[in-house]
Amino acid sequence: MNRIVNLFEQNKEGNTSNGLLNVYFTAGFPELNDTSRILRALQDGGADLVEIGMPYSDPVADGETIQRSNDQALENGMSVKILFDQLENMREHISIPVLLMGYVNPVLQFGVENFCKKCAEIGIDGLILPDMPMDVYLTEYKRIFDSYGILNIFLVTPQTSESRIRQIDEVSEGFIYTVSSASVTGSKSGVSDDMESYFERLNAMNLRNPRLIGFGIKDNPTFRKASQHAAGAIIGSAFIRVLQESNDLEQDVKSFIREVKNYPETIEA
Amino acid sequence: MEAVAEKKLYHVDARGYYGSFGGAFIPEMLYPNVEELRENYLQIIAEPDFQKEFNDLLKNYVGRPTPLYRAGRLSEKYKTNIFLKREDLCHTGAHKVNNTIGQILLAKRLGKKRVVAETGAGQHGVATATVCALMDIECIVYMGELDIERQAPNVARMKMLGAEVRPATCGSRTLKDATNEAMRHWINNPVDTHYIIGSVVGPHPYPDMVARFQSIISEEIRWQLKEQTGSETPDYVVACVGGGSNAAGAFFHFLEDEDVKLVAVEAAGKGLESGHSAATTALGKPGVLHGSRTILMQTEDGQVVEPFSISAGLDYPGIGPQHAYLFDSGRGIFMSATDEEAVQAAFELTRMEGIIPALESSHALALLGRLGASLNDTVVVNLSGRGDKDMSTYMKYID
Repeated sequence: MNRIVNLFEQNKEGNTSNGLLNVYFTAGFPELNDTSRILRALQDGGADLVEIGMPYSDPVADGETIQRSNDQALENGMSVKILFDQLENMREHISIPVLLMGYVNPVLQFGVENFCKKCAEIGIDGLILPDMPMDVYLTEYKRIFDSYGILNIFLVTPQTSESRIRQIDEVSEGFIYTVSSASVTGSKSGVSDDMESYFERLNAMNLRNPRLIGFGIKDNPTFRKASQHAAGAIIGSAFIRVLQESNDLEQDVKSFIREVKNYPETIEA
Repeated sequence: MEAVAEKKLYHVDARGYYGSFGGAFIPEMLYPNVEELRENYLQIIAEPDFQKEFNDLLKNYVGRPTPLYRAGRLSEKYKTNIFLKREDLCHTGAHKVNNTIGQILLAKRLGKKRVVAETGAGQHGVATATVCALMDIECIVYMGELDIERQAPNVARMKMLGAEVRPATCGSRTLKDATNEAMRHWINNPVDTHYIIGSVVGPHPYPDMVARFQSIISEEIRWQLKEQTGSETPDYVVACVGGGSNAAGAFFHFLEDEDVKLVAVEAAGKGLESGHSAATTALGKPGVLHGSRTILMQTEDGQVVEPFSISAGLDYPGIGPQHAYLFDSGRGIFMSATDEEAVQAAFELTRMEGIIPALESSHALALLGRLGASLNDTVVVNLSGRGDKDMSTYMKYID
């Protein structure tokens, strides 16, 4: 079974008491070869799933923090090929679900079939490509994704109509990425009353798929609040800022994740 | 009926594509905005009330129809019949205003309170700020930080017109980044804002909508040519292509006349092989840029490449999806002119006809010697803009 599907199944059965935490980071940032270290520290710190960003020159859905990390990663020499090399043996020590997030053009240039094949070989479980239209995915690429067991994660926003949400739910597998507000990543923080009524509206729709809430989630209070309305939440820009300011990546990543999930610092003690 | 179905179609299809190019490759956050436009644009444009207001403004505000001028001395030099479509005489100095008038009327009918736009050289920004002043609508223009430094006079014009000019500070800090910022602004303000894209690029329906607003150019060429030569169709229509809005307008009503050669001129910059070029069809590959599948300049890894041209209006790494289709299908003839050739052509037109052209339009003029047009041929060059904004560049070439 796909690791993402498996995770949410277990969660439903009550094996995980808290909300699920998905963490985004940009591959090749702050340094080109930090990707694997960060991934491992995220797992060790208690992230439930991870979304690795493939840097792009024109990340139109992202706010300034993630844009700058994309610029830096590209300047460091990051590319899709190098990322696949860095992740080649990741399943030797990574057991949590791993997704790749990015924009559609680099995937098209790599070749969608080649890309999915490589993902399956490495053990990538899903893709998030915000500028891939649903109709194009369904007619041209779903068959390829399916044949390699790669899930395609769709987004819904407060402006998405009910009929379109139903349609997205119908074609989704794994989870639905719930964008909390009309914004790019990192531009607003917090969970407002408006958002809560939108989350409740989604809850009332009894969708097939679980939801993770992203955009504006930055710390323990926002994570907990979002988790009350969905299976869990996604942190991106706030985590990029941690990486930016860190002098000790492993330690800082782990303590940030523990703090967000509110695990005690030292379980042994 | 079957013959009609077999006829090649160069206009957008019901799904928003030109062959395999076009579509709407946008994040879900933009879907409702684009959907609202897609569902309404054709109907609004067709309304008699819209048409009346649009045509009235084009006539009495923009100054249309713009002349179709037979350039006698140029014709003599190149031994053919050269006509210049004088878009340089439009209010604000270029064809750009045809589109911004259309889109501001559309935005008003959609109940929008604010307009956002991107600009490179500042021509589209000025044309947008102009119609926003006219209609009393708030205007925000994104412009690359580098372009703000390079295009000070147009920044001043926009500010005087009441627009807020915001710098795009990420990426290469030029037109493509300004476009990204304008899209982000639209994502953050989905309900009350209309995004006026300045060229035939972006997600469907933008390429078609902008082409329709610019199609007045070829509509006028047809009847003006009939008046002056007795024939509605020329042998050649020549236009420069950055994103391609003036070319889209100049080609529009000739697309189905297969004997009219449609020549699109891209900016070769310092030369196709120089690494400093903006000749998209020569150097690019199919991919996705700013919401549509088109041809764009990119690295092997699919990162968008920063183009180069002496002309800021042609300095764009892609072309509109319709142009990609015209190139791919062979309906369009794609050529390029270097910086040097464009400047020479600008001086030639200035000295022989007393018209100072924009650097963009000069790329189209630079092709006159290479067209292979004969004595009896009719050549229409779309003179898309005037050269006032380029004087500081031209001055460097005056001894």
